[in-house]
Amino acid sequence: MSSTNTENWMKDIGVLDLTGVGGGSTSAAKKITALVVDDDSVNQTIHSKMLENLGIQNQVVRNGKEAVDLHSSGNNFDLILMDMDMPVMNGIEATRKLREMGVRSIIAGVSTCTRDEREQKEFMESGLDDFQEKPLTTPKLVSILHKLNKKC
Amino acid sequence: MDGVAQLQKQLVDFTDSLFQEGFLDEQFNQLQQLQDESNPDFVVEVVSLFFEDSERLLNELAKALEQKTIDFRKVDAHVHQFKGSSSSIGAQRVQKVCIAFRNYCEEQNIEGVKPWHRCLKCLQQVKLEYSLVKNKLETLFKIEKQLIAAGGSIPT
Repeated sequence: MSSTNTENWMKDIGVLDLTGVGGGSTSAAKKITALVVDDDSVNQTIHSKMLENLGIQNQVVRNGKEAVDLHSSGNNFDLILMDMDMPVMNGIEATRKLREMGVRSIIAGVSTCTRDEREQKEFMESGLDDFQEKPLTTPKLVSILHKLNKKC
Repeated sequence: MDGVAQLQKQLVDFTDSLFQEGFLDEQFNQLQQLQDESNPDFVVEVVSLFFEDSERLLNELAKALEQKTIDFRKVDAHVHQFKGSSSSIGAQRVQKVCIAFRNYCEEQNIEGVKPWHRCLKCLQQVKLEYSLVKNKLETLFKIEKQLIAAGGSIPT
């Protein structure tokens, strides 16, 4: 039942991707790629599965530095789900760095409700296109994807 | 098929009680929706990850609180992480005690040193709620297993 729902959402935002199901794509939609940046393995697993279920190819890294390094070595993604609190390099620094590098992907900040408004503002200002409060749900993810469609 | 029907009812009733008693919230439903035929053990896998992480975090917390001078920023960071992962799987009561714990840690910064046994009490609360939800989830998975073994399927 859930797959029918996601297909409807996908059609809604015009990114229904039928590749990977029995091979051969007749869909004109391009295959979306995403990067999950989060130090928590539970979140990594959940976010990755959500993306997978929406037909979005995705990779997972554990902190901002790994995200930056991936881009430095020439990788690019349509969407980046960026956690705030991470060791080595946090979400604010990483977003800033990626924007400095000229990365124009949709970067969505995903963070637990922070009681620090200033920090959330700083996060937005570091270059986010969107912000969603954790825990992430499929509907929240779909609303982020709407942004992607607009940008395209 | 009396056995299957009975198990199904048991599962539904038990699951309902978990939501009613606040052990689980809507986020757990989200997890269940992510499970499908290509990944039939997704919920169990994620929850197992949560158990592993939690046990590690609880150990770290206990260690941090045993120090002569408590590093409250470290404690806060651990609790923050625990709050995050518990909210991700929908373990609502665990999340709530984590929030209470963090509020206490915040106070710490403003008012100076408080007796360490208050901190330990917070930790005890977190441990308690964690072991309660762990128990509940393990029971839930057990019933699901029995249902499947009896030839039934998990009601959606």
